[in-house]
Amino acid sequence: MVIHPLVVRITHWLNVLAVLVLVLSGWRIYNAAPVFEWFRFPAELTLGGWLAGALQWHFAAMWLLGLNGLVYLVYGVASGHFRRKLLPVSPRAVLHDVGQALRGRLKHQDLSVYNAAQRAAYLALIVALALLVLSGLAIWKPVQLQELTALMGGYEGARVVHFVCMAAVVLIVIVHVIMVALVPRTLPTMITGRLGRSS
Amino acid sequence: MKRRIHSLERRLFLKQSLSLGALSMLAGCDVTNDDQVQRVLWSMSEWNDRAQAWLFDPKKLAPEYPESRIETPFPFNAYYGEDEVKVIDETDYKLELGGLIKERKAWRLPELYALPQVSQVTRLICVEGWSAIGKWSGVRLGDFLQRVGADLSAKYVGFKCGDDYYGSIDMPSALHPQTILALRYADQILPPKYGFPMRLRLPTKLGFKNPKHIAVIFVSNTHPGGYWEDQGYNWFSGS
Repeated sequence: MVIHPLVVRITHWLNVLAVLVLVLSGWRIYNAAPVFEWFRFPAELTLGGWLAGALQWHFAAMWLLGLNGLVYLVYGVASGHFRRKLLPVSPRAVLHDVGQALRGRLKHQDLSVYNAAQRAAYLALIVALALLVLSGLAIWKPVQLQELTALMGGYEGARVVHFVCMAAVVLIVIVHVIMVALVPRTLPTMITGRLGRSS
Repeated sequence: MKRRIHSLERRLFLKQSLSLGALSMLAGCDVTNDDQVQRVLWSMSEWNDRAQAWLFDPKKLAPEYPESRIETPFPFNAYYGEDEVKVIDETDYKLELGGLIKERKAWRLPELYALPQVSQVTRLICVEGWSAIGKWSGVRLGDFLQRVGADLSAKYVGFKCGDDYYGSIDMPSALHPQTILALRYADQILPPKYGFPMRLRLPTKLGFKNPKHIAVIFVSNTHPGGYWEDQGYNWFSGS
């Protein structure tokens, strides 16, 4: 049985690449003029070497994130993938599952069904990435797309939105990777699409 | 193309960045091959030039702000420190014209002050990310180019500056109504640190596309590049 459709697997790994490049190069760009004066990213963790290099990586990878994300969203809506896998998601169920997870009691036996905590996390990731793209466009094109920039609270507001959404994505990814480490059989499934022999 | 000029510094930086283990995830590319990765990034930057030229709407105006929002003092920024600002002598100053321009007589400062002037209170956005609102006044570049018989169908307008900076912009951006040859800042004659006697001011591009101390303006169909652009900053850099 295929748990993760091919489109989801391909877009997942392309998204990993795009987000990795965008976050690491974004940190270098941030350091050139920090939104929060008291906070800078360690230069060794950043990508691009200097501002122009980081911008080149950032403005190359943005196309991958945007186009790949578009394919994923169109597929997710049109195929019913989102409706089947991510909905419904009630706040009560999310709180319950998060509580169970924190006590180490959350079961994830059937990999074809996401629990409420997963649904909430994946939906939040989709929203955060979409907001990153929109705020990124608002920062990149504050004249040509000035209506969008105004919606983001102006140029300086868009920079804050961009930063906060980046932080949300990094946080969700860290939790996601920890969860994969705790339930390692989920990893090959995202590559082959199928359950391994042991399951 | 000129833009392929590699600076040793950039290559060193790239090498450094490639040592990042994270990049070994770039399946299919030999990430140890600096030149290949660099070529991909540069051609993506050129692709982004085309995408931005396509997105550019010659009629779309940058937002203007009330004078109360002007930032004082307006931040100084250049490729050198504020103590190294070039002081141009007013009496010797001549604006020279070159390339695809019919009337190439040099312009004296009083002649430039006598041309019709326009003002704008706009946001200058630096490639570094910070921004500041200021007020600039001067001559519309489009009007000036028309007056001197420039070939307005040419691709580029280039600038050479008294502080050895140089740059260029696309013709549609040069003809944008908010693109001006600024002679004043905050209603005062442009002080040296803001580019005396004349700087380019266009709110439709990033700050480094607004060269100061302009000494030569030329029109060309050959890509003139720019001081930062030749080192890796995106050439179009439109806002």
